[in-house]
Amino acid sequence: MEEVPHDCPGADSAQAGRGASCQGCPNQRLCASGAGAAADPAIEEIKEKMKTVKHKILVLSGKGGVGKSTFSAHLAHGLAEDENTQVALLDIDICGPSIPKIMGLEGEQVRAKFKEGWEIFSDNLGVMSVGFLLSSPDDAVIWRGPKKNGMIKQFLRDVDWGEVDYLIVDTPPGTSDEHLSVVQYLAAAHIDGAVIITTPQEVSLQDVRKEISFCHKVKLPIIGVVENMSGFICPKCQKESQIFPPTTGGAEAMCQDLKIPLLGKVPLDPRIGKSCDKGQSFLVEAPDSPATVTYRSIIQRIQEFCSQRLPEGENLVGS
Amino acid sequence: MEAAAGECPGNLAGVQHIVLVLSGKGGVGKSTISTELALALRHAGKKVGILDVDLCGPSVPRMLRVQGRAVHQGDSGWVPVFVDREQSISLMSVGFLLEQPDEAVVWRGPKKNALIKQFVSDVAWGQLDYLVVDTPPGTSDEHMAVVDALRPYSPLGALVVTTPQAVSVGDVRRELTFCRKVGLRVIGLVENMSGFVCPHCSECTNIFSRGGGEELARHAGVPFLGSVPLDPELTRSLEDGRDFIQDFPDSPAFPALSSIAQKILSQTPAGLS
Repeated sequence: MEEVPHDCPGADSAQAGRGASCQGCPNQRLCASGAGAAADPAIEEIKEKMKTVKHKILVLSGKGGVGKSTFSAHLAHGLAEDENTQVALLDIDICGPSIPKIMGLEGEQVRAKFKEGWEIFSDNLGVMSVGFLLSSPDDAVIWRGPKKNGMIKQFLRDVDWGEVDYLIVDTPPGTSDEHLSVVQYLAAAHIDGAVIITTPQEVSLQDVRKEISFCHKVKLPIIGVVENMSGFICPKCQKESQIFPPTTGGAEAMCQDLKIPLLGKVPLDPRIGKSCDKGQSFLVEAPDSPATVTYRSIIQRIQEFCSQRLPEGENLVGS
Repeated sequence: MEAAAGECPGNLAGVQHIVLVLSGKGGVGKSTISTELALALRHAGKKVGILDVDLCGPSVPRMLRVQGRAVHQGDSGWVPVFVDREQSISLMSVGFLLEQPDEAVVWRGPKKNALIKQFVSDVAWGQLDYLVVDTPPGTSDEHMAVVDALRPYSPLGALVVTTPQAVSVGDVRRELTFCRKVGLRVIGLVENMSGFVCPHCSECTNIFSRGGGEELARHAGVPFLGSVPLDPELTRSLEDGRDFIQDFPDSPAFPALSSIAQKILSQTPAGLS
């Protein structure tokens, strides 16, 4: 049976593909041609091009369906409400690109040439996703890892970034090619940190702990954890139910255990799903919802985190 | 003594029927449906195996309360973990191979493919009526690897899971295309998380919208197998590794889950053990 990671030096490490335990591993050639060899020139190119991008935030989860794309989109909406803040939202979920739908941009194919082109949501919010490159909603992107990595590299390198205050990267669930690639390609360009999304139940937390372990492994700072679907208030009787019961203490217990900030607990509101289906900002559609209040407080905490993490050598006036 | 892949007549030779559980979307309940289907088939007197090929997020061991068990080697290959004393449900998952439960499997495609091939060829499944294959979300390495590895054994087909809202349906449409492209028959579509009945006042709220699953089935020309409502008892059962089918026959989720199992049973000729 395949050895699991305890002998593997790590696909991202300098020893990748070159260690003694790499002999005979099916990934050996792939790893050796990557991080171990001379660094991919794209990494430096991306660093150069991203000099004008002030803050980069990854939205991660080990688990699927916890609300990463929903959160990414609303983080972008929230930040872009200040028309002086330039926001870019990049969707690297190649197989299941949800961002076009949630942002109400479905059906829009990238009009401008890919090299220049981001789909413009508004004057200060640009969106990019593989979804824009597909001609039909039934088209399946059946790609293996290397091809997905190539697309991610293109997304990062072949775009004219311009002045961007916040780049938000929405990811697929898991800890695989896409995650390794985005961390690798942005390594030199400095990622501010990751926001990790979960739901209260152990089935989610179990995967999220792995994602946290991945972040530690690749030295990605963690801004904090957001617990979604945290309780449901019945619109009729106003009583609360725990649809996804926090049988092991929910995100709160996990964060205390792992000493990671809990950014907030967002309750279930059926209007969130509806807004996403219609491609509208839930923050605007339901400003009175407790979920909106929580989202806004989380967004503020993220902004505060980022403002404390300006890269060394840069000043607020601009380089 | 290891069974070399490809030389053995096939560790799946004793498996009568293979069902894959797929979705383009994450978090819609693939592992839940896989587990409940296995439990329902067991209650119908069948011997069931579950192959969990979600390498990054292996959920099934916990759902059957066998997390932390070790996997042993036998004469014909690796022995799957038995969930019960009667050995009516067996399970193989990468979850059993991790030293620490929080350890992340951070692998690129080729290594994932290799492990999946081994799960198919080197696990001594023995005699099974059904093998249920739980998959991660997407249409990538794991899916191609498992479909390729299972092709010689002519799987019965795929159960495709969605939730009602457009964001899920959008991804699941692509999964249906994947099934078509790889020649995998779609047994039917299941809509999960279809409404929540408030335990206090019985008002039903469509938390994740409504109707998307049935509409997608119609659009794609695949059978619609039913809607499973949200039931915190189901979630709790899975958290605790309990047998929901046995413990909660009065749950609103029960009829839909039973009917899915019935559909699978009816696909196969009567008279099989």
